[in-house]
Amino acid sequence: MTTIDEKRKEWEEKCLKPWLQKAGQREEKFETLSGIEVKTVYDPADIEHIDFIRDIAYPGEFPYTRGVYPNMYRGRFWTMRQFSGFGTAEDTNRRWKMLLEEGETGLSTAFDFPTLMGVDSDDPLADGEVGKVGVAIDTLKDFEILFDGIPLDQVSTSFTINPPAGIILAMYVAIAEKQGVPKEKIRGTIQNDMLKEFHAQNTLVLPPEPSIKIIVDIFEWGIENVPKFNLISISGYHIREAGSTAVQELAFTIADGMAYVEAAMERGIDVDRLAPQLSFFFNSHNDFFEEIAKFRAARRMWAKIMRDEYGAKNPRSWWLKFHTQTAGCSLTAQQPLNNVVRTTIQAMAAVLGGTQSLHTNSFDEAWALPSEEAVRVALRTQQIIAYESGIPNVVDPLAGSYYVEWLTDKMERLAWKYIEDIRKMGDGSMLRGVLRGIENGFFVREISDAAARYQREIEEGKRVVVGVNKFTIDEELKIPILKVDPEVQRRQIERLRKVKAERDNEAVREALEWLRSAAENNENVMFPIMEAVKSYATIGEIMGVLKDVYGTYKKPIII
Amino acid sequence: MEKKIRVLVAKVGLDGHDRGAKVLARFLRDSGFEVIYTGLHRTPQEVAMAAVDEDVDVIGISLHSGAHLALVPKVIRYIREYGGNPDEMLILVGGVIPTDDIGELKKMGVDEVFIPGTPISQIVEFIKTELPKKRMKNES
Repeated sequence: MTTIDEKRKEWEEKCLKPWLQKAGQREEKFETLSGIEVKTVYDPADIEHIDFIRDIAYPGEFPYTRGVYPNMYRGRFWTMRQFSGFGTAEDTNRRWKMLLEEGETGLSTAFDFPTLMGVDSDDPLADGEVGKVGVAIDTLKDFEILFDGIPLDQVSTSFTINPPAGIILAMYVAIAEKQGVPKEKIRGTIQNDMLKEFHAQNTLVLPPEPSIKIIVDIFEWGIENVPKFNLISISGYHIREAGSTAVQELAFTIADGMAYVEAAMERGIDVDRLAPQLSFFFNSHNDFFEEIAKFRAARRMWAKIMRDEYGAKNPRSWWLKFHTQTAGCSLTAQQPLNNVVRTTIQAMAAVLGGTQSLHTNSFDEAWALPSEEAVRVALRTQQIIAYESGIPNVVDPLAGSYYVEWLTDKMERLAWKYIEDIRKMGDGSMLRGVLRGIENGFFVREISDAAARYQREIEEGKRVVVGVNKFTIDEELKIPILKVDPEVQRRQIERLRKVKAERDNEAVREALEWLRSAAENNENVMFPIMEAVKSYATIGEIMGVLKDVYGTYKKPIII
Repeated sequence: MEKKIRVLVAKVGLDGHDRGAKVLARFLRDSGFEVIYTGLHRTPQEVAMAAVDEDVDVIGISLHSGAHLALVPKVIRYIREYGGNPDEMLILVGGVIPTDDIGELKKMGVDEVFIPGTPISQIVEFIKTELPKKRMKNES
């Protein structure tokens, strides 16, 4: 009988080689977006070392390569969760209600930069930025308006915010109480991932060590108080947007996740109590198969890490659940409707990769925040994949593909290599390794180098971006662009002044004093933050105390 | 030897999206420019001060925060206040900028706006051809 090896050699000699001599091929070699060289074709020999039961298995079973749930989208579709927010709480509340009416199934909050950085709307640093790229939040009053008419026992809400994550979580709990929903029942996610801020996204306020301390405070408090809430969303998304490869995104995200687990365990938190409240967030870029492989590899890696390295015993702790956003950085200002196609491919990769929730970008986002029409098409893209394509009807249909399994394995190996290097930097501790990598610029340099490489390929025409360096046209932009009302800043400052005038300032002062003493004495800061929020202390006041105690962080400049 | 063109690449405001600014800084350097990068989260005053202190020929301001109409004119105003002459510099803006605002920015004294996806070679070309033109116009 002919073996596969013999057959392949015969094919290469008798079939492929003469064909190449005659017809040639487009490129000398082909690579994924991460630079992994790929062969013409894959066959069973490429996945010989992969054991079906050990490495792939069935969905809902260790190592969860095929998905965390046994029947995945046959039970329920992923949550359709559009990242959304602009202007005042009223503006955003209106957009949210529109999206829910259009069939969105979860909320996701975009904050403006002053809120993200923990400064109030009347701070001189906030001038010109209030309500621009997200909703402006200063006090609980804004949250009351934001969630007006939105029942917190029925929706789950995601909050993309980091240094003030604890404050926002406290506000959500306070709103639930006002609506009469027990805090044990509220569902959602706070991003709360400072490590990736140091690597990439740069929303930086406090130095790394106290940032981690506060994150662990939130874990400790959240496990007891909001057991259905994801207390962190360990995010590769921004690492990728900053220019990393898919392999780096995978490796650094898993490394950060390990660092958080180690930090929690050092505090004495039981890994099995924390794990179910961890979630992840990935990017989905253009290289279709590489993205699918990345998601599958991430799940397999995390299951092994949680079970074998950190000794988690509950199978639920081995699950890597993740949100996906299509790649904002892949969108072009040129020929914006082409972005609908890019987003569709990326969204399909996310669904084939088994995501738990998905944000699809709008086609106008290289120009401004999405207009209503653009965000509707983005949501419809998910709905068409869900209801029309048939893709969600079989779990992990690409399993067993020689190429996809080979690439999943390859991504995993390359990511492990990075993780081992980081661990070495920390003398065996991932937490110390990641902190060291922040300190010595390792992450920033790796990501910058990859971003420069990607740009060079575009400049040299080696990487085609349709409508940008090939198939270009002279065009006039015809799509409508969302304009944020320039009055927003004035209105927001007015509201802030009114709240400050009407609140019980003595209660605010006491809560902030409690916070200061908790921070100084290394106690959990979430209890006083909860109190401060309820007394209508502003985000700037609360972050101000933390800045006083812990100092602020200035990032070293590495180009 | 001919004097190298000095470029200040600046991030102004609170947004942390520095991929474009950093990639641009690298490429301008590789293309023979002298490049100064401000780092993140600079105020208009800080950027203007750096432009004057470093006596730059070109200033490239990168913004993804939607705050360009508020912050860019401030940079230009402070350059003048600190004794620099913005008419002698090329003032470029890059990032997520709505079309309508491009015209506004140009009225405020910005020479060109580069949107996402612009090849850097195009920016390099622009600086090389437009800087001498702007200087000549200013002298006459």
